[in-house]
Amino acid sequence: MATNLVPAEVDSVNFDLDRQRAEKKLARTNRSLLLPAIIFAILLTQIPFLVTIGFSSIRWNLLYPKQVGFTGLNNYIEVFTSGDLWPSIIATVLITASSVILSLLFGMLFAILLDRKLPGRAIARTLMITPFLIMPAAAALIWKYSMFDTNIGIMNWVFRLLGLPTISWATDFPLYMVIIVLTWQFTPFMMLILLAGLQGQPKDVLEAATVDGAGPWRTFTWITLPHLRMYVEIGVLLGSVTILQVFDPIAIMTKGTGGTKTLAYLLYERAFIGLNVGEAAAYGVVVVVLTIIVATIALRTLFKVFMEGGER
Amino acid sequence: MLTKKRALTLGVGVLVSATVLSACSSGSTAPASSGAAPADTAAATAAAGEITLNLATVNNGQMKDMEKLKTEYEASHPGVKVNFQVMEEGDLRAAVTSDVASGAGQYDIVTIGAYETPQWGANGWLVNLTPALTADANYDVNDILPPVKAALSSGDQQYAVPFYGESSILMYRKDLADAAGVKFSDHPTWQEVADAAKKLNTADMSGICMRGKPGWGDLFAPLTTVVQTFGGNWYDMDWNATVNTPEWKSALEFYKKLLDDSGEADPVSSSFNECLTALKEGKTAMWADASVAASMLEADDSPVKGKMGYAHMPVNKTPESGWLWSWNLAVPASTKQQDAAVDFVKWATSKDYHKLVGEKLGWSLVPPGARTSTYEIPEYKEAAAAYAPITLDQMSAVNPAQPGVNPQPWVGIQYVAIPEFQDVGNQCAQLVADYLANRSSVDDALTKCQDIAQKAGDAHKG
Repeated sequence: MATNLVPAEVDSVNFDLDRQRAEKKLARTNRSLLLPAIIFAILLTQIPFLVTIGFSSIRWNLLYPKQVGFTGLNNYIEVFTSGDLWPSIIATVLITASSVILSLLFGMLFAILLDRKLPGRAIARTLMITPFLIMPAAAALIWKYSMFDTNIGIMNWVFRLLGLPTISWATDFPLYMVIIVLTWQFTPFMMLILLAGLQGQPKDVLEAATVDGAGPWRTFTWITLPHLRMYVEIGVLLGSVTILQVFDPIAIMTKGTGGTKTLAYLLYERAFIGLNVGEAAAYGVVVVVLTIIVATIALRTLFKVFMEGGER
Repeated sequence: MLTKKRALTLGVGVLVSATVLSACSSGSTAPASSGAAPADTAAATAAAGEITLNLATVNNGQMKDMEKLKTEYEASHPGVKVNFQVMEEGDLRAAVTSDVASGAGQYDIVTIGAYETPQWGANGWLVNLTPALTADANYDVNDILPPVKAALSSGDQQYAVPFYGESSILMYRKDLADAAGVKFSDHPTWQEVADAAKKLNTADMSGICMRGKPGWGDLFAPLTTVVQTFGGNWYDMDWNATVNTPEWKSALEFYKKLLDDSGEADPVSSSFNECLTALKEGKTAMWADASVAASMLEADDSPVKGKMGYAHMPVNKTPESGWLWSWNLAVPASTKQQDAAVDFVKWATSKDYHKLVGEKLGWSLVPPGARTSTYEIPEYKEAAAAYAPITLDQMSAVNPAQPGVNPQPWVGIQYVAIPEFQDVGNQCAQLVADYLANRSSVDDALTKCQDIAQKAGDAHKG
């Protein structure tokens, strides 16, 4: 008996060792397969960032090519004392938050409408997605001239038709102008994500709710909305990250006036109008640090609101 | 598991944003390392066959005409293609400055203003054109208007050739003015113009259109001349900023009142092209801006052709208030196609080109203010009878050495010839735009602008 047992035990030990070895090997293979992508990502993101940090410690105005030199933290001092940073942060937060929330609301509305079976649904969906496919610069130009213009814009034409006073958008409402264009552009993006969520909703649950006597509003608030929570989170995250860097509508329509000078536009001004490479790089570093802080802290607390008692 | 996933999504998001932002901030500086490309090696590649010249230019009518006629050049110069990149004034300035200053070599020919040319020439960023221009007797370099030629030179060497030159004049709808009983003298004052604008202002048509779009080349081109004729200026002889002064305040308050009482509806979105369209479409009755606009208003396809009257730029305390500006073609030192580029520049600014424009597109579209001989072409004299005399008159009357009431330490009218000025002008233009839109007070705008201007002035003291 004993002689029979020993080989069995040895076998099982060997088997365990083999399995561990195989798992390790598998992990190594997995890692080595990921390695090129990771190296590529590091090369593409971290080296430019290090270079930017380097630039931010240099006194370098393109208009004075002979006066380039090390300047320590002076560029950062300039960033924090010039008084441009804080208004710009406020403008960025205002524009990003309002555009994301508005496009989320409209996206939700359109996603629910397009989730129903209706004739020509495919065409309606394609048409709804179009604003997202238009280049941001082209969208801003279309809005500037065909929609907002006081003489030839459709909006003011409608106002005149109704006997209302015309609105000088760029002069009086630059902030709304930017938010309207961004909402128009990002509504389809939110709609797509939420529509995918709605389509993935199990039909039997909805049927059960109907059988239990839940009306459409209760079904929506108690079953559909909780189900969509994850999709809303993804939409908010991706939307915020994209709109945070928005540049085109501001450069084309408002030139940074009236509280629309976002961090991206401020950075552009310092780099391409001030032509101050060192200062622009310092702004870039500050903006990246701020973005990381916002992304890790603010978004996490934001998501807790959705989570109803830390369910997940 | 889900938490991990979420953390991952978050991580990816952060990484993506970090990438884009860092790439954004370093992107502008990266080409600098490539340095100034040696222009000499260009000839070798040029001989190899197909040459493509990249030309950056501003989206004004004369430049678009050049784009239409480039096929003529390409037909007579087989193997050469000219690629036009037409941009808005502010975008062009930013793109060209960063390209030329960093030596990136993206453009072979650039369109630059009178403001940049002498500064960039002195920096060694532009090819010295004097040898090529004087060597060619046919080109007749001395035919270029002397004040413009002087403005484009640094130390007797010419670094750019004028494509067209301009001053600023008052343009008004003569038919409407006559109907309303408004009379203009040849040298109106700003107060007369403001009164006339009020009379011509109706529900469908603004009395006057003036630039309000933020940007030193947009809003501050006319506004600086208004400030100067009201007795103010950017700096005194010792480079002390003089923005926060009663003269500036009265000029700004006048400008705002003019726009509020009888200006276009949306001033912050208006610049040269917007006002030109408004005047053509009958949406405004008057416009004080670049004299070059007159040739567009008198073009064959213009609805207001023959209905216009012209006068000198309105004044207050100075005898003249027109600006002096030219859009010029220059060749960056970083080009790899120097010979071909210089050849195209010469073609586009030659006497023959002016004749070509006249014959192909109409004589009123000939680029003005560049060559004396243009004003002797009989067909041009006839076609431009309405505005050619006043253009020449205004251009020769202005004094770039002292346009305002007090002397100034630089040569130039609607700008300050220091590198920092586009930054100063731009930031101040945004402050003034906020004032025009009632978002801040005039004192607030001027106090902040004073600080910005003083910082730039300090670099030039001593």
